[in-house]
Amino acid sequence: MPYVVRRPDRNLWEQSYVPETVRGLGVTLRHFFRNVFGRRDTVTLLYPERRRPYPPRFRGLHRLTQRDDGAPRCTACMCCQTACPAECIHIVAGEYPPEHPLAHVEKYPVEFWIDELRCVSCGLCVEACPCDAIRMDTGLHPRPVEARSHLIYERNLLLSISDTAGNVHTANPRKK
Amino acid sequence: MTAFFIWTTVLKIAAFVLFILTGGALMVWVERRLSAMMQDRIGPQRANLGRFRLWGLIHVVADGLKMMVKEDFIPRRADRLLHALAPILAFFPVVVTFAVVPFGPTLDFAHLGAVNHQGPLFSGPWATTLQVATIDVGLLFVLALAGTGVVGAVLAGAASDNRFSLLGSLRAASQMISYEVTLGASLVGCILVFGTLRIEQMVLWQHEHVWGIVVQPLAFLLFLVAGIAESKRVPFDLPEGESEIVAGYFLEYSGMKFAMFYLGELMEIVVLAILLTVFFLGGWDVPFLYADGLHVDLPFREVWVWSWPHGVVVLVQLFGFTVKVGAMVFLQMALRWTLPRFRYDQLMDLGWKVLLPLALGNIAVTAVVLAALR
Repeated sequence: MPYVVRRPDRNLWEQSYVPETVRGLGVTLRHFFRNVFGRRDTVTLLYPERRRPYPPRFRGLHRLTQRDDGAPRCTACMCCQTACPAECIHIVAGEYPPEHPLAHVEKYPVEFWIDELRCVSCGLCVEACPCDAIRMDTGLHPRPVEARSHLIYERNLLLSISDTAGNVHTANPRKK
Repeated sequence: MTAFFIWTTVLKIAAFVLFILTGGALMVWVERRLSAMMQDRIGPQRANLGRFRLWGLIHVVADGLKMMVKEDFIPRRADRLLHALAPILAFFPVVVTFAVVPFGPTLDFAHLGAVNHQGPLFSGPWATTLQVATIDVGLLFVLALAGTGVVGAVLAGAASDNRFSLLGSLRAASQMISYEVTLGASLVGCILVFGTLRIEQMVLWQHEHVWGIVVQPLAFLLFLVAGIAESKRVPFDLPEGESEIVAGYFLEYSGMKFAMFYLGELMEIVVLAILLTVFFLGGWDVPFLYADGLHVDLPFREVWVWSWPHGVVVLVQLFGFTVKVGAMVFLQMALRWTLPRFRYDQLMDLGWKVLLPLALGNIAVTAVVLAALR
């Protein structure tokens, strides 16, 4: 469909270019002198030395939380693995041995892998977990590594990561 | 040709080469740091010598070292001789232009402490003009050198065996040739008013009467615009464009050859600033300062005279010259970080349909006014 490109309305003063250039120079110089002699308007953060604090709900690396006795809170229910849209979680469930107090009560993760390279940081695994066993409150980024396999985190590593306050435990959400 | 003449000439050349080389290197820093300040950024500040960062000045050294150790790349099918010659040809006219520019009045080594009553330009056994070459065709020499600048750009593009380079050099050539016309024509008004082609005489006229910008304000504007176009910088930086032709005519250059183009471009800023100062801002003239000291005059009587020794006067005038050049450099930098670039047809329109008629009109009006005043 044909249409007309509307040219901006400019009067002769603006069209003559020079006065508007002078005005533009004024803006440039105002910024220059304010930055050199007055308060600096720069918002740049000198990154490695100074960091912007993350918001409290920032979703960082995953961690698996521990019970008071250090066992994984996870019951290998596969909810997170099912919820994960990136399919980056892999769990191998196992039974506790018969003499264990939780035998025939719960399962536990024999293996728990998270591929941090695949993870899209959506947080659905955290929401899906009925046991508060997986969290993303570590405030960490994945470290730079030399091989992709180094970013597939396994169970014990995930269990050892703490939240920003240093906690590795969580309370049993089903015990009031 | 006395030994004194030879020695002073060698000294002047050395001083000027030192001035422009350090000036050119410093321009790298000035450009980055100033642009950062103008755009609310911080600018380079990481290079350091231990705990000293010197506001990013060390980046200049780091840049120089990097340029020197970088691979000197020549495309396989490029013309090796012309490819090597082009940066030299682009660099040469920029440096040589400095030779005819007076950066101060005559300096008499025998009478540094005495008050000078002979006026700013004089001759004597121990006197030397603060100008490398005093030649009759001074201004024409400047324009001729400005004209040769295009050769380097064209050769660089043609010898590189790269279509982007060729397009870039085409753009550079047509742009520089277009604006050269205005560059020369805008100065004709100055020649008419000052009545000479000798640059030191032009400065002297401004010293005795008024600065060129007062009698030729339009020419100042035209010369500034045409000069920026000649130096191929924003808003006239069409010869290079990342999105269209990558780096333009110096696309296939690296290492020191690239540095010569880059430094040449930055030194052109200094050259343009110096030319603007000499033709329009009175060169080494400092208001109220004459060869024998400070004068405050009313139209019909001298109110107050303070005699200064010759050496001090020349020193202050040299300082004044430097300040004016610095101000003009700053103006160009501020323009560069204020204006967006032109489209190519706008560039040609501005050159041929606006600036050239204005320059010709300026010549006509100046000539008529001068004839009427005679």
